[in-house]
Amino acid sequence: MDDLTIVLLTLATLSGLGIILALILYFVAQKFKVVEDPRIDEVDELLPGANCGGCGYPGCRAFAEACVTTDNLDAFYCPVGGNELMKNVADALGAEVSEKEPQVAVVKCQGSPEHRKDIREYDGPQNCAIAHSLFGGTTDCANGCLGLGDCVEVCTFDAIHMNPDTKLPDVIEDACTACGACIDACPRDIIELRNVGKKSRRIYVSCVNTDKGAPAKKACDVACIGCGKCVKICPFDAITLENNLAYIDYEKCKLCRKCVPECPTNAIVELNFPPRKPKAEKPAGEKTPKTEAKAKKTVAAEKTEETKPNTNQDK
Amino acid sequence: MLKTFPKGGVHPAENKMAATAEIQSLPLPKQVVIPLAQHIGAPAQAVVKRGDVVKTGTLIAKASGFVSANIHSSVSGKVKKIDNVLDSSGYKKPSIIIDVDGDEWEENIDCDPALINDLSKTPEEIKQKIMEAGIVGLGGATFPTHVKLSIPEGKSIDHIIINAVECEPYLTADHRVMLEKAHEIMLGTSLIMKATGVDKAIIGIENNKPDAIELLSKIAKEYKGIQIDTLKVQYPQGGEKQLIKAVLDREVPSGGLPLDVGCVVQNVGTAIAVYEAVQKNKPLIERVVTVTGKSVNKPINLMVRIGTSANELIEAAGGLPDDTGKVVNGGPMMGKAISDTNVPVTKGTSGILIFNTQESKRAKIYNCIRCARCTFVCSQGLEPFNLKNIAEINDWEKLEKEHVMDCIECGSCSYTCPAGVPILDYIRLGKSTVSQIIRSRKK
Repeated sequence: MDDLTIVLLTLATLSGLGIILALILYFVAQKFKVVEDPRIDEVDELLPGANCGGCGYPGCRAFAEACVTTDNLDAFYCPVGGNELMKNVADALGAEVSEKEPQVAVVKCQGSPEHRKDIREYDGPQNCAIAHSLFGGTTDCANGCLGLGDCVEVCTFDAIHMNPDTKLPDVIEDACTACGACIDACPRDIIELRNVGKKSRRIYVSCVNTDKGAPAKKACDVACIGCGKCVKICPFDAITLENNLAYIDYEKCKLCRKCVPECPTNAIVELNFPPRKPKAEKPAGEKTPKTEAKAKKTVAAEKTEETKPNTNQDK
Repeated sequence: MLKTFPKGGVHPAENKMAATAEIQSLPLPKQVVIPLAQHIGAPAQAVVKRGDVVKTGTLIAKASGFVSANIHSSVSGKVKKIDNVLDSSGYKKPSIIIDVDGDEWEENIDCDPALINDLSKTPEEIKQKIMEAGIVGLGGATFPTHVKLSIPEGKSIDHIIINAVECEPYLTADHRVMLEKAHEIMLGTSLIMKATGVDKAIIGIENNKPDAIELLSKIAKEYKGIQIDTLKVQYPQGGEKQLIKAVLDREVPSGGLPLDVGCVVQNVGTAIAVYEAVQKNKPLIERVVTVTGKSVNKPINLMVRIGTSANELIEAAGGLPDDTGKVVNGGPMMGKAISDTNVPVTKGTSGILIFNTQESKRAKIYNCIRCARCTFVCSQGLEPFNLKNIAEINDWEKLEKEHVMDCIECGSCSYTCPAGVPILDYIRLGKSTVSQIIRSRKK
């Protein structure tokens, strides 16, 4: 066999092999072709890609798949992207979606060391779930925040931090996407998702203690003692009392703030409201701006009177 | 060579200071607090109300289901109230509070210490008596005894094993009971044998209690079918599965019960309680508790009425030492630090252990050095470091696949870890979460 034949033979064998394998691959690809709805990719592109699980699906891709296969998008909501994103998704799929009230995580405990004294020591693993399984906590309140930061650990958006002064978690409202990870992580169900409300204004009972009044108050100055005063004063029936603990329904609450000063232990918290005027001056409230205005006018008048003669003199 | 279980195990310093202290009766307290949840299973339901007058032995709470146990008044007096009171779990739990007034016992209880050797009762009658008396496993797990003795259909057993190992360091309650109530143990064992229709019983004792072994071996000859086995000292031999392996060389399958290998294990204290319930009509209203610790003035073993505050027990042992770091309910390996010394003694309290500040400190935590000591000492053949890592990242499905439910929470892994990693804390968290998941799946 001369050299040329060897080369030609090799070429022929390899190209033959290549063609056969290509044919096999082609038929296999035809046979096992996975038909995926191209819209899944489209929707996936729109999603934030945080894979936080706040929508109830294991990740953004799974959410996209579910969105594409459903008839009604109303049950779907991406808390990270909010209504705007859901509208984009609906547009991409040619469907309709109803708007949802945006929500935010709220920590329902005010038991800082100042209000709730430590009476025990804990030296076990710094993990709320473990501490919760071992005992009621370092204070006498067996319902409140343990302060070991399981909620901080799980937050993918860096939206919750332990405050070193209060030893309680603070929610950074702008960063919170209401994905609900901290709610699942908290062994004591202290964190709740509530509607953001108009101008981010919210009123809620910042306590989860279900003890009777006396032991609750003894354990913590700012505990809800279940006295029911707020329930009586609420004009909208938004407050309910169960297990010695008041709860404000954010759907019913009209943010009138009547319950806040009524609470004897300051357990009801108002957020992002303008400062309140002292109560006694309220009836005179309507007059004050006018009188002030009058006063200003008179001052201004005096000034003009003073200046006038001067100008005259100058002339 | 002495028998023991073959896999894993540790041998912590025994420190059985109270071993020579005879059991004393603690004077009656002024008030008792009797929690409604003192056993594994559903909490009992109170059948008395505020102001009711009760006698010692009166039924005050009824079992609420098959896996539950009756609770009886341990004193005579007046029910003050039913309220939530802090117990050894660290939480406030519903309890019956009784103000003590004298010590009047129910008429049908026989307080005569004379032995009664009577095996004429039928197995059903014996089990009925045990159930009525509210007897639970006194080793610490507090599983209702009547449930354990009810052999389900299709299962058969050939051995009763009496757990006299008391492998926990410091604790000596079972040891003293064996020396002072040896005949009662034998009679109770005979009753358990009768109730389950078994003709062989083995009492397993570790060889650090030679006096108990000698005494029980001597009197065992008087009773039919009871044999004493001397075991090598090794923790956690008092675990059911380890004891069965040591005594009978049978292995309880993963997820199985001792019933699956033909035996039932009962604690010595339980055997006495069974004897007293069946022959003397005495419900479970008192138990032996060891009060001990290195700094404790006089370590003692006390016969205590259920519901007595731990404070009174500590007072009887010479008061709380100045250098107290932690007070533990139970033994040093499996016990749990209590958050307040004013918690009631329950059916499962085998000891009150007082650690000084030095002993009670947790080791500084370093990273795992992959020495595998925890794996070597695990008598269940698990990989504790792995379980801990999986539990830490909350991967409960994987944890279940790694057989976390087979862990007996003996604490050998945490005890032996040179890096001070709190392995068991995480495994326990994982185990409780996984068991919740399994339960919700069954529903």
